[in-house]
Amino acid sequence: MKFKDYYEILGVSRDATQDEIKRAYRKLARKYHPDVSTEPDAEAKFKELGEAYEVLKDPEKRAAYDQFGENWKHGQDFTPPPGWDAGFEFSGGGFTGAEAEHFSDFFENLFGGGFQRAAGAGRRRQTWRMKGEDHHAKVLIDLEDAFHGGEKSLTLKVPEVDETGHVVTRTKTLHVKIPKGITRGKRIRLRGQGAPGSGGGEPGDLYLEVDFKPHPFYRIEGKDLYLDLPVTPWEAALGATVKVPTPGGIVDLKIPPGSQSGRKLRLKGRGLPGKPPGDEYVVLKIETPEPKTDEQRQLYARMAELMPFNPRSRLGV
Amino acid sequence: MKTPVDEIMEILDEEFEFSLGELCRASATPAETIIEMVEEGLLEPRGPTPPEWRFSGPSLRRVQVALHLQRDLHVNLAGAALVLDLLDEIARLRERLARLE
Repeated sequence: MKFKDYYEILGVSRDATQDEIKRAYRKLARKYHPDVSTEPDAEAKFKELGEAYEVLKDPEKRAAYDQFGENWKHGQDFTPPPGWDAGFEFSGGGFTGAEAEHFSDFFENLFGGGFQRAAGAGRRRQTWRMKGEDHHAKVLIDLEDAFHGGEKSLTLKVPEVDETGHVVTRTKTLHVKIPKGITRGKRIRLRGQGAPGSGGGEPGDLYLEVDFKPHPFYRIEGKDLYLDLPVTPWEAALGATVKVPTPGGIVDLKIPPGSQSGRKLRLKGRGLPGKPPGDEYVVLKIETPEPKTDEQRQLYARMAELMPFNPRSRLGV
Repeated sequence: MKTPVDEIMEILDEEFEFSLGELCRASATPAETIIEMVEEGLLEPRGPTPPEWRFSGPSLRRVQVALHLQRDLHVNLAGAALVLDLLDEIARLRERLARLE
């Protein structure tokens, strides 16, 4: 078991006042709230903050915890000495039961005994039905899955409580149908695939949030796709018909004469399917061939002569 | 363990519809709270009266996030409505940014 430095987690000194602890917690809770935060490990961090605050906000638990002093470093191997909690009483210490289930082994070992007895007794007395907890997961799909529709196998690790009351991790495989035209951020609900309910209540649900794997050349915004299309200077200047990939297959695109780099051409209805379907936007990028022979260099020089052109006139230079 | 998913799977998009009862069940929330959320403008159901209300699929996430914010950060429903609107806006801007980068 690793020692947890609750002061370090909340970023406060060991002699912080209760008010300072509360303020530090509130500030960090806003920063790492899983529904709001974009930090990669927000959920784990938020749980850790809750655990640290649970101990430090309660003067009794804090006093007990403080016995370990500052000699212990965060993450160090730790076993509480026998009888360490003599003289402390935690059983009624104002736990927020639902969240305490997610606390660490370290917390369980220090403060768990009284709490578990109290909670266990409470659970047996409980006669009301409670829906099980919902579970959430992200599912990364390919653009092609969203375009054609597809099936995706998901393997989820699901914590479950077995007959003896221990938490075990079960592996669960789900075959999820990806509907045609699904977009980033959409949620899929799988009814009854969350945690089991209590008191005969129905199980929770599993929510999957869809996100796309990065695509080698399309960028996706809602149902629309964006593609950078390299073109030659003569294709842009004279106009041309060129081949362009779309998720539905290759199409011919007419480049109007006199096109500039950055020009956006729309292929209507060639984005992700839907009612209406999205569009594919083709953004022209003019690429200039490097002159490799004298003849080619002369050709560029001849252009400069025949086509005097200042692309910087708008900049006043 | 394999589970067939066809009959339990729902896409919670704009076209999906919850009745008031279904939304309460899905979010394990009393109807009074949902009605308060409608009064705050946090949810915008179609239909004139509660029995006829129909909520879109994304409404469920709005209810869940509002409840979490209330529980964890003491944000009231008006504040949660604001947070949710800003989160949607941020998501849109992030997507646009990803497209331009």
